[in-house]
Amino acid sequence: MASQEESSQPSDTLTTLKTESETLKTKLEEERAKLHDVELHQVAEKIEALGQFVIKTRRTLKGHGNKVLCMDWCKDKRRIVSSSQDGKVIVWDAFTTNKEHAVTMPCTWVMACAYAPSGCAVACGGLDNKCSVYPLSLDKNENLAAKKKSVAMHTNYLSACCFTNSDMQILTSSGDGTCALWDVESGQMLQSFHGHAADVLCLDLAPSETGNTFVSGGCDKKACVWDMRTGQCIQSFETHESDINSVRYYPSGDAFASGSDDATCRLYDLRADREVAIYSKESIIFGASSVDFSFSGRLLFGGYNDYTINVWDVLKGTRMSILFGHENRVSTLRVSPDGTAFCSGSWDNTLRIWA
Amino acid sequence: MTINTLSQDGVQRQQMPCLTKMERMIISMQDPDMGIKLRNQRLLITVIPHAMTGVDIVEWLIKKFSISDEEALHVGQLFIKYGYIYPLKEPRNLILKADDSSYRFQTPYYWMSTRWPASELDYAIYLAKKNIRKQGELIEYEKECYNALHKRINHTWDFVVMQAREQLRASKQRRKADRIVLECQEQAYWLVNRPPPGTQDSIDHGPERRTMNTRVQLNAEFYKKEIEHNRISLARNRVKSSICLESYVKYCEQYQPHDPIMQGCLPSNPWITDDIMFWNMTSETVALPTKLRVERWSFCFMELLNDPMGRKEFLTYLEKEFSAENLCFWQACEDVRHGETAKIPEKVDEVYKQFLAPGASRWVNIDSKTMEKTLEGLKRPHRFVLDDAQMHIYFLMKKDSYPRYLKSELYKNLLARAIVPQETKKSVFPFMRRQRHSSPSPALATQTAEDDGKAKNSNSNSGTASRL
Repeated sequence: MASQEESSQPSDTLTTLKTESETLKTKLEEERAKLHDVELHQVAEKIEALGQFVIKTRRTLKGHGNKVLCMDWCKDKRRIVSSSQDGKVIVWDAFTTNKEHAVTMPCTWVMACAYAPSGCAVACGGLDNKCSVYPLSLDKNENLAAKKKSVAMHTNYLSACCFTNSDMQILTSSGDGTCALWDVESGQMLQSFHGHAADVLCLDLAPSETGNTFVSGGCDKKACVWDMRTGQCIQSFETHESDINSVRYYPSGDAFASGSDDATCRLYDLRADREVAIYSKESIIFGASSVDFSFSGRLLFGGYNDYTINVWDVLKGTRMSILFGHENRVSTLRVSPDGTAFCSGSWDNTLRIWA
Repeated sequence: MTINTLSQDGVQRQQMPCLTKMERMIISMQDPDMGIKLRNQRLLITVIPHAMTGVDIVEWLIKKFSISDEEALHVGQLFIKYGYIYPLKEPRNLILKADDSSYRFQTPYYWMSTRWPASELDYAIYLAKKNIRKQGELIEYEKECYNALHKRINHTWDFVVMQAREQLRASKQRRKADRIVLECQEQAYWLVNRPPPGTQDSIDHGPERRTMNTRVQLNAEFYKKEIEHNRISLARNRVKSSICLESYVKYCEQYQPHDPIMQGCLPSNPWITDDIMFWNMTSETVALPTKLRVERWSFCFMELLNDPMGRKEFLTYLEKEFSAENLCFWQACEDVRHGETAKIPEKVDEVYKQFLAPGASRWVNIDSKTMEKTLEGLKRPHRFVLDDAQMHIYFLMKKDSYPRYLKSELYKNLLARAIVPQETKKSVFPFMRRQRHSSPSPALATQTAEDDGKAKNSNSNSGTASRL
């Protein structure tokens, strides 16, 4: 008898632990619900409805020979970097539509790219499991690939990357289920972030005063907020019904929005510690691949896998308009640093600037 | 029909909740009472039952979801792309036309959720049947596929041909109308799953997720960590939703005049008018800032600090108050936090000498507890060793100097002098586009600055703010 009690069967322990975790999660949702005394659209009833405004394609950037997967704005408000399935990374002056730099990566599916804050370099990566930094040279004859610096190393594809407040550090997320912070100069990993149960697909840096947190979203339907100093997960939210493809902070830093394969976008408040709005419509069937807020945070732009862009009134929860134009999935969408326009990239090989 | 024994990958199906939604819609479209009215359609000399027109589909969608024509057409189009509805008259043209063109619902047997990915064997049998029927006269790309398959699965080719013959024989025994319907359905399935070259592949989904390569071990340690995290989360302090949500309303209201997409911007949005005046007037080095920009500095302390011009103005104010060392200290700490790892020890040492050492030239006033903790930490300098001290000084400036700055003559004066740009008059000839001027690349700007900087001694006051 004694020996039977003592023998620990690993599978039983695992199941017990899993159940315990699930029970706690349910309790957590109950606790979160206790202080939820009003819905966002109720609070927004007293605000005037927005009038119709016109958003049109103002520029179309053609030049990629294959699907555009990611893009990022330069701080100068007019340049962008974009990456595609065939390994090409292009830097454009989106205003004139001129291409200024081009790099061919040694891998396909470059799913992540980012512009350095100084405007002097770009970072990118994808199926090579790495994040590399390319300094941008103005010498037309110089081969950009020669000065490439390999910074991050993951054990699966790189899904997203972004520079922190300087050119010296990069934050990455990967299909290996982790995020990591790297020192660009040395390639050293400064911090790693474990907690997702599956591929991490996206991340965004918080615009907060103390500038020490970021949010990530993954295939485990979880969105996690992390402390960059300690590597700890501070808060997590698990209300989506499918993969979270995109996360973006509300401009004040008090909330973030997410876009998911379950065809909804959601808003999570960090102080209330819960989901506070769902942006969905019965006629929207396909997943949202990429989301971003307008400058004031009143509008949420969502790029979807059904080739459209939906514009949501963040406060009232209604869909303001639907933008057609792309001929294949919208894979990436970012509002410019001064909010004058937003850029969308698509599997139809083009990028569009909308204003 | 080929009985398909392909086992569906549960993971793949998980990735496509859109298919479940589409199928629900398709089922309600076929509801006898609320669905689309189906009728017979004449195809050459045969009558095909249960057909509908493009207009029927669009109108049903408009009514059901209260959407526009354009959106309804777009949604309907997706059903055809994904093989849930197929066109009768022009099967190769997978487009929804909002006219009296005929369409039919695909049988659930061929739905993407039941029969995806399409099996090579099934495709071989399909092509073999076609080959036999058309006596070798296949379309070019089908011929190529057929030959390629023949090479690749040569070992099962006898089976393929036998199956093909069997199915052809069985179908001959059906009524002509049934036979034609079955042929249409099968053809539609293959047009979606093996699109001809040059047409869009709708079912391309990108690199796989949750593959065997994902290294997250869902072991005891993982769950223990999750449990710990959930326990801590349970105990956390939360704010009432009403308070949080009210803050969004306030924020949006405050920032709406500054949101170019919503309210436009003066003199004009460069992307719309091709005129870059707006960017010139809001650049870092402009002589006189715009009113909106100066107003934003009063929204919160971060707005002031994030704007290099605001930061400079604030520094000027602090110099008058003899507390400029606070801002310089804060900037130096930022430089440590975001700078190169290798340079941290020397930067921290520099900060200590300038701001923290007893008798330092720019000594900052930190409370004794924080000072003690910081000095202790300096023995082993790391990226975050100055965080506490930096936070202390930050809040000091925020609570004390910042509000006083906003009330100061320096600020009020600037606000009064700040520009409200005139709206650019729309061009008399709207079709004449302004020339789009290029701008110097930021990469160039920094290279010149670097060359200049090499001559001077870089000091920790420069900070890591964007040099644009």
